[in-house]
Amino acid sequence: MSLTAAVRVPERSVDLDLTVSRGRTLALLGPNGAGKSTVLGAIAGVVASVGQITLGGRPIENAEVEDRRVGYVFQDYLLFPHLSVLENVAFGPRSQGRGRAASRSVAGEWLDRLGIGALAARRPAELSGGQAQRVALARALAAEPELLLLDEPLSALDVEVRAEVREELARHVKEWGGLTILVTHSLDDVAALADDVIVLEKGRATQRATVRELVAAPATPYVSRLVATWSED
Amino acid sequence: MARRKSFLAPGLWIPAGLALGLLALPLVALVVRAPWAELPVLLADRTVTSALGLSVLTAVLSTAVSLVLGIPLALVLARSAKWPAVPRRLLRALVTVPLVLPPVVGGVALLLLLGRRGLLGQFLPFQLPFTTAAVVIAQTFVAMPFLVLAVEGAIRATDRRVEIAAATLGASRWTVFRRITLPLVAPGVASGALLCFSRALGEFGATITFAGSFPGTTQTLPIATYLQLQTNPDAAIALSLVLLAVSVGVLVSLRDRWVPGLTS
Repeated sequence: MSLTAAVRVPERSVDLDLTVSRGRTLALLGPNGAGKSTVLGAIAGVVASVGQITLGGRPIENAEVEDRRVGYVFQDYLLFPHLSVLENVAFGPRSQGRGRAASRSVAGEWLDRLGIGALAARRPAELSGGQAQRVALARALAAEPELLLLDEPLSALDVEVRAEVREELARHVKEWGGLTILVTHSLDDVAALADDVIVLEKGRATQRATVRELVAAPATPYVSRLVATWSED
Repeated sequence: MARRKSFLAPGLWIPAGLALGLLALPLVALVVRAPWAELPVLLADRTVTSALGLSVLTAVLSTAVSLVLGIPLALVLARSAKWPAVPRRLLRALVTVPLVLPPVVGGVALLLLLGRRGLLGQFLPFQLPFTTAAVVIAQTFVAMPFLVLAVEGAIRATDRRVEIAAATLGASRWTVFRRITLPLVAPGVASGALLCFSRALGEFGATITFAGSFPGTTQTLPIATYLQLQTNPDAAIALSLVLLAVSVGVLVSLRDRWVPGLTS
């Protein structure tokens, strides 16, 4: 199982080739407006893009969003406000044709797995940021995606809880063990979650490296600055 | 920052009070002068019961038609925000015109379209004007825009990206519409349907022009009220009370409307 994508979105000057292989997490690191979310959108099918995208040997560039099997955890989670936590997580299995009871039991298992079984009956408005993020993760994973996209998964959280939630997230993503792409502008996120990094600046890759190589040998001023301020912490 | 003292000129109270009196006193008069003792008898009259039954039936039907046709129109209207200016404004104007058009004009226009020699009516194998169906059409013409605008507002207020999130979970367009879009706009649909129903129930001008006032088939409550006023004023007052009660009921349910899942 792997992902190979050629993402070309000329209107936003995004042109990027990337590969993710099984059990590895790729981070797209870059400043605001570099086109990171555009790349995720193109892979998920919500942003029009030209170029081949192959997921697990299956060409998906022409598939509808709902047929791609690409899970998406949005920056602001986008939980369904009118459904309970359990119903949010059961939505994926249910939409894919499983029965109501079966979907709910799958959802319950995911909630337990992520340690949020106690929240099942709550509404999204009654959750803290960290809880909402875990629900969003459970919802994405319960739909059995072949690829998981995490768009700035920690940026909506208060700074005080970020480190703890990040650690949890890293653990759960690792346990899940599938293909993951993470978009972030934080080296903390990269260090905790990613194996490989693509630095994206103005829609192009300016460095491809493992996390260790990136920190040891930044290729652009942007990364150098990030590394410099990061080490000071 | 110092709070500025709220200050209303005494001169303001006089016109404001007059305005309020103009709005409220007629209703007070209606309630005060109502023949409360004879009310049960008056309301049991056959003219009254048949007008009431017809009104409820036609208002429910035109609300149903407005829901079936108006929700898709509201969706189109909400999406039209991305259209070029000319078709976008034209569409909005077409939806809004019945709101500002005198209902009588609407009735005349419906006759010219669907009447026996109307633009479309000449091709119809049956006669439409002066039937119960005509009542429903006239009411729908006048009332549907209320529903369309209320639903459109609700659609615009929901975050469309939630629908994208649903699609990434494997939901087809229909599933997204049924399980996400529709429940999220449900409060707007409910208040739009209530407004639409009360407007349809009170419809007079377009109905009497396009459908006439045949007792039992096209004589709705407002029309019966108007006609009774000349022969049997007490019955007219009783009918007015019924319509007033319905209006108050709609107002109360709009204010305390139940908003599923969105209350937090």
